[in-house]
Amino acid sequence: MPPAISVTNLVKRYKKADTNAVDGVSFTVSPGEFFSLLGPNGAGKTTTLSILTTTLSPTSGTAQVAGFDVVKDSHRVRQKVGIIFQNPSLDQKLTAEENIRFHAALYNLYPYRPTLSMMPAAYRRQVSELTQVLGLSPSDLTQPVAALSGGMKRKLEIVRSLMHRPQILFLDEPTSGLDPKSRRDLWAYLAQIRKKDHMTILLTTHYLEEAESSDNICIINRGKVVALGPPAKLKKDFTGRHTSLEDVYLKIIADT
Amino acid sequence: MNSDLNAIIAIAARDITKLLRDRLRLAFSLLFPLIFIGILGASLQANVGQSLGFNLLVFTFIGVVAQTLFQSTASGIISLVTDRDTDFAQEMFIAPISRYTIIFGKIIGESAVSFLLLFGVLALGLILQIPLDWPRLILVLPAGLVASLFGGAFGVLVMSNLSGVQSAQQVFPFVIFPQFFLAGVFNPIINLPPVLYILSRIAPMTYAVDFMRGLYYLGRPEYSKIVLHPPAVDLAIMAVYFTVMLVIGTRLFVSRDRNR
Repeated sequence: MPPAISVTNLVKRYKKADTNAVDGVSFTVSPGEFFSLLGPNGAGKTTTLSILTTTLSPTSGTAQVAGFDVVKDSHRVRQKVGIIFQNPSLDQKLTAEENIRFHAALYNLYPYRPTLSMMPAAYRRQVSELTQVLGLSPSDLTQPVAALSGGMKRKLEIVRSLMHRPQILFLDEPTSGLDPKSRRDLWAYLAQIRKKDHMTILLTTHYLEEAESSDNICIINRGKVVALGPPAKLKKDFTGRHTSLEDVYLKIIADT
Repeated sequence: MNSDLNAIIAIAARDITKLLRDRLRLAFSLLFPLIFIGILGASLQANVGQSLGFNLLVFTFIGVVAQTLFQSTASGIISLVTDRDTDFAQEMFIAPISRYTIIFGKIIGESAVSFLLLFGVLALGLILQIPLDWPRLILVLPAGLVASLFGGAFGVLVMSNLSGVQSAQQVFPFVIFPQFFLAGVFNPIINLPPVLYILSRIAPMTYAVDFMRGLYYLGRPEYSKIVLHPPAVDLAIMAVYFTVMLVIGTRLFVSRDRNR
């Protein structure tokens, strides 16, 4: 089976920039793997994610997602991935359900209809199932997004990103701004869908405890990979003793 | 359903839904016509109208109809810049649809929005008792779709050169307001000093306004005092402009984000 994500010597230099934002990054993610990309602000995490999700062109190097090249086959890559952005990407003036319906039409899952009651029964059932699992009530769906809490909005984005059943889910700091309970609920749900659907997850986060259960962690600093491997191995290699991931991370960043 | 068509319908429907919830935009859409027709048109008609040989209120009204369709679609397209700033654009950009589909959906949606806003302008015409030939105006209105789509292409070209909401707020009035005068929305422009003449014939809105007036006044005695070109000539010029603006604007829009 080909890797879910394969990145080789990826380089990105923004126009008018003197240095590379991503500077020769390479890594591979297996299908069903939970992979975390860690690094300080400006390390190149979001730039890497933007290239992998086809919204940014690389300067050089190659990347395949779900077996497709992100530059040449961007359309097919987009069909296979779901994304939770760092900043909420919901239309505040639409209701929660209208945001989901918009997404479903963009991915051509169901024919677009102007009201929820006119949408196919299969759509209504799928929305109902997803919202129940995430603890959203039917009345939350008819609320304008602007009236929802930060936690609710995140849940809504997850419901939306899972509508087209992506093989690979990209999570760019998905829990920033969420309270501890919302964070815990979110991770419980993500663990559940990973197990059930064998979904590959690529996470960027500043909360290192969220990366503890990753299969592999890649730490990048100043655009370069400075550590790569399972959490236990990183802890052993970099400190020689059992310690917290945070200690390892801070040591690696300080050394590089 | 065809995936592009489904996406275009969804993108267009979103614009219509948002318009119906945006009371401020609905109110503002009536403010300009009220000023142009109710104040400017009425005062000009009262003072200089008789010497022109045609009714200036009707002249202004038809101009405002074309301007509303053109400007509303153009400004609606520019809301893509707002989407980019509020991160909603990412939802569209990572979907498996082309940028061309996004642009097309926006043009269709904002054209529909411009026609909804036009109902307010028509109601204003009834309330202010403008002496219009209503049956003829109703017959001419479907041709207003040309003015809407043309405004959409103009909006795409302007939008593709804007970096954010702030620049949109600064640049858009600068490129649209002078066109009110240059296109002759409420002022006759058959005779103009050379510089203004050239600028007037460059301004895209001129052809949308002249096209609508050409159809409305066709076969009437005042036609030659009001209309610059036969409607077919306006249509041909708009077709060339439309293609150039849409191709350049869409190309810039498509390449700009990915090649940062």
